[in-house]
Amino acid sequence: MAKIIDQLKTLPQRLLTIMIFLLVWEIAVKAGLLYPSPVPPASSVLGALKDLAFESIFWEHTFVSMQRILSGYALAIIIAVPLGFAVGWSTTLERYLDPLLQTFRQIPLMALFPVFILFFGTGELPCILIIMLAAMWCILLSTISSVQNIDPFLVKTARSVGTSQWDMLRKVVLPSAVPSIFTGMRYAYTDILLVLIAVEMLGVNGGWGIIVSSHEHHGQSHTVMYAILISMAIVGVIVNYIFVALERRLCRWKETIEIT
Amino acid sequence: MDRILETESVTKTYRLGKIDVPVLHGIDLSVKQGEFAAIMGPSGSGKSTLLNIIGCLDRPTSGRVLIDCIDTSTLSDNELAVIRGRKIGFVFQTFNLVARLSAQRNVEMPMIYQDVPRNARVKRARELLTLFGLSDRMDHKPPEMSGGQRQRVALARALANDPALILADEPTGNLDSKTGKEILRILEDLNERGRTILIVTHDHEIAGKCDRIIRLKDGVIET
Repeated sequence: MAKIIDQLKTLPQRLLTIMIFLLVWEIAVKAGLLYPSPVPPASSVLGALKDLAFESIFWEHTFVSMQRILSGYALAIIIAVPLGFAVGWSTTLERYLDPLLQTFRQIPLMALFPVFILFFGTGELPCILIIMLAAMWCILLSTISSVQNIDPFLVKTARSVGTSQWDMLRKVVLPSAVPSIFTGMRYAYTDILLVLIAVEMLGVNGGWGIIVSSHEHHGQSHTVMYAILISMAIVGVIVNYIFVALERRLCRWKETIEIT
Repeated sequence: MDRILETESVTKTYRLGKIDVPVLHGIDLSVKQGEFAAIMGPSGSGKSTLLNIIGCLDRPTSGRVLIDCIDTSTLSDNELAVIRGRKIGFVFQTFNLVARLSAQRNVEMPMIYQDVPRNARVKRARELLTLFGLSDRMDHKPPEMSGGQRQRVALARALANDPALILADEPTGNLDSKTGKEILRILEDLNERGRTILIVTHDHEIAGKCDRIIRLKDGVIET
């Protein structure tokens, strides 16, 4: 509770730069500094954002995108975390798998989308798979590096008390690696969003990408498009906070294995 | 007397990028049961590397290490963990205790990995801590204790599974001379009761109390 009160106390400071940004935006557009302006004034965009919050269609599209994000994330975590542990822990496995992983990582994901459509049709599956791939690399690489960079002092201590390989992974390596894995998950969200919007703009059923492109192409209103972009940023901030909160909860573990 | 430890032509080479850095060049060493031996040598002579290999914390590049007549070079990582847990007790210069666990829980740790039942391990941990004069510190956590107390907890942990061999890497290196002497007295006492102790040290006073001094220089034993 005290933490929440502390955070509320610093809220004005945290919001100050955002306020200044909005103010500069408003003044620049209204004063004609950006003429002919492709950007509507901040006040109109914020007004549209408020209207958007009460539109059920916006929430339906948000729900569709969120479902895709969560499915892709879940698959990415299920695959990347165990794989990252195996590759990070076993130098032999790393020797065999690293070249393959590094090569695959360089393939631009969007170029794979038509291939995915060929293989999996035009439904949700190719969409979710491409999101999974987008999230996977960040999580995989952060898991590998966190396992490889585990404090040797900690490993030596655990070994000296007779810890088996399995206990070492479960009780020493996993708790130490959790913070980096979470960082990987947070960074992965940006990659996910990039791919998600592109895929949805290509014309799958529903989602943020569709509403962005419809407002962009049909010229209905740029104001609404910017409002949608801002709403996506707000959702991103919320997702980030959820991860930070989860990480804090889980990283109580970390304290338990601090060595003195 | 039986030999508790033997090394045969042990070498260790670390690979730093593309360069091979040889640390140990063919170490032949044997330690008898009940011996109190010191390994001495300048920094970088390979003392700690040798101790880590003897303690199965690291594998030699070539050669064999026999603990209690068991050839450790043929064992899997999990079998090595069992050897470490049952036959060897480690004491480090830096204590290496788990900060958030009480002294008693720290001492219980090696017994947990050897599946000692809870009641038995609590009893053993409390006995050992009492033996080392820490009966009033059992529930204290390492950060609340002095260096000497921490090292005594570490010694109790090293003895938890009643190992035949104690390996101590500069156990008094982080302690003042008075506390260092206390720890040395405990080690001498343990040796008198039949425990084999191998200690890496820079301290001539400590080495002077040992049955034998093994001098290491540039990865070879000086004769």
